[in-house]
Amino acid sequence: MLPRCLSLPGSPPGLNEEVNSSLSKPSKHRSAEAKERRFGAALASPALVAIFAVVLIPLANALILSFQQRDLARPETDAFVGLGNFIRLATDARFLNSLRATTFFSVTSILIEIPLAIAIAIVLTKAFKGRGLARALIILPWALPAVVAASMWKWIYNADFGVLNALLQQFGLIDEYRVWLADPGWAMGLIIFSNVWKETPLTVLLVMGSLMAIPNVLYEAAHIDGATAWQRFRHVTFPLILPILIVAGLLQLIWGFQTFEIPQIITGGGPQSATELASLRIYTQTFRSLRFGLGSAMAYSVAVLLLVPAVVYIRKAHKSIVEM
Amino acid sequence: MVTDARAEVLPGSRRGRRARRGNLLRRVGIYAAVVLILVWTLTPYLWMIISSFSFKADLLEVPARLIPDRFTLDNYRELLGSASGGSTNTSLLVSSLRNSAIIATGTTAVALVLSVLAAYAIARLRFPGRRFYLFGVMSVQMIPPIAIVIPLYVILRQFNLLDTHIGLVLVYMSLILPLAIWMMRSYLATIPAELEEAAMIDGASRIGALIRVTLPLAIPGVITVAVFTFVVAWNEYLYAFTLTNVSAKTLPVLIGEFSTKLGLEHLKIAAAGVVASLPPLVIAFAFQRYLVRGMTAGAIK
Repeated sequence: MLPRCLSLPGSPPGLNEEVNSSLSKPSKHRSAEAKERRFGAALASPALVAIFAVVLIPLANALILSFQQRDLARPETDAFVGLGNFIRLATDARFLNSLRATTFFSVTSILIEIPLAIAIAIVLTKAFKGRGLARALIILPWALPAVVAASMWKWIYNADFGVLNALLQQFGLIDEYRVWLADPGWAMGLIIFSNVWKETPLTVLLVMGSLMAIPNVLYEAAHIDGATAWQRFRHVTFPLILPILIVAGLLQLIWGFQTFEIPQIITGGGPQSATELASLRIYTQTFRSLRFGLGSAMAYSVAVLLLVPAVVYIRKAHKSIVEM
Repeated sequence: MVTDARAEVLPGSRRGRRARRGNLLRRVGIYAAVVLILVWTLTPYLWMIISSFSFKADLLEVPARLIPDRFTLDNYRELLGSASGGSTNTSLLVSSLRNSAIIATGTTAVALVLSVLAAYAIARLRFPGRRFYLFGVMSVQMIPPIAIVIPLYVILRQFNLLDTHIGLVLVYMSLILPLAIWMMRSYLATIPAELEEAAMIDGASRIGALIRVTLPLAIPGVITVAVFTFVVAWNEYLYAFTLTNVSAKTLPVLIGEFSTKLGLEHLKIAAAGVVASLPPLVIAFAFQRYLVRGMTAGAIK
């Protein structure tokens, strides 16, 4: 999968032919080239217009909004406030708390997900009966709507009928049913658990692609040198899958900061805003308190925080464009 | 690997016995690990399916049983009947199922046309800003939806597109086009341009060559994009939740409401969850190969 993608030529097909023909027939070539340019731009423009309309214009609007006081509940107070919203956010305890919670949520998720995904991917690349089926079933959490996954976990964590309490009691780990989501620490732990369940499959697929691209001779050589299984992993597998691990980690960090369904459905941000992740806070401020200006400033702050991982991700994951 | 090792050593020898035992242990270990992985991946979902067919009383039993003695369709029946919305007779579930189907299909159709055209231009034609185009498209993918949902709400309201199918289809282009263009481009790049050139020498126009020569060869790529788009559009929540209300409310939004606002009984939410998850799961499993290739090509490369 991976090597096939990576081995694509950097220059588009047809380029060489074009260069050759330009040597012989310069004038005819120039008009053909102009035609190709116009045609290319014409084909590419509908998608570009769509992206402009639904991403770039709103993004610019959000920036303008973030410099404004815009309370839909109190239109008479509308005004341009410059950096006012951002200054206010810098000392907004609840917003800062949501950023802390989001960081903890995302980073902890990644730290669990990556080793778990490596382990699962290694198992799924071994030879065993039913491997195709196992590899197919592993994508279930990815394909499940996030809302369904969240309400499914909420049901499992339910204090009275939840299967989590039933199982723990059956195994003698707890004496009586507990209200897990009423405890800030457990609530955070459990939404991280749900998130890891939902997000691990994609990382598994990425790691599996990378594992299958490792030439077998490397393992044979390591075997001859008497390397133990751990040494083979440490010195052969790990360095070779590290690039994909970094890409997967960055992607999960970016997505972790955008998580909305899991806390919204499972905990509603509670207890005591312990699981109020940034997206949830932004949503409540904007669409419940109707503070569109402040909400936009919050959203922009989060987007700016993600700028560094996003740029690193694009550079690492899409070397082909950077080098194009 | 397993069979190689067995062939190497003589049967009956001490080393052979130890190697065989080692192999057996390894195989048992692998199967145990596979079972563990599948239990972790599947049981939460299986539990939701079981719950959706259960009576509440049976789930209260102590000690808890994973598979109850009797099953019922009551949760599904009540979901279709009692939860009917306001003036109409169709239940909330049926109407949002229809909305989800319309929106996911519409998004897939529009995304396919736009991404094939754009990807073809990028893969085959030299046009000004081509390099910047791909880079820009990829950067767009990194913008958090929450950052643009606020102005999108304002804009859709101005154009009277709030709570409409078309409005949501347009908004979904922001989520889907970058990846769709990316996947289509990688696929088109694997199809030799010479085939098209040959058709053009025979008198076909460029667009004719695209439609009659390249596109039929690109069917796997088209399927990948279609499956991916459909699943993402069907499952999307944040935009649907903020930009629809009644007439275009999708199934995920309804389930979210069941579970937060309406406080519907858990077993019925489980039933609704099963209904909502069937289309994406069936499609994802049926086209698993295409999906995996698309996902890995979309995230990396």
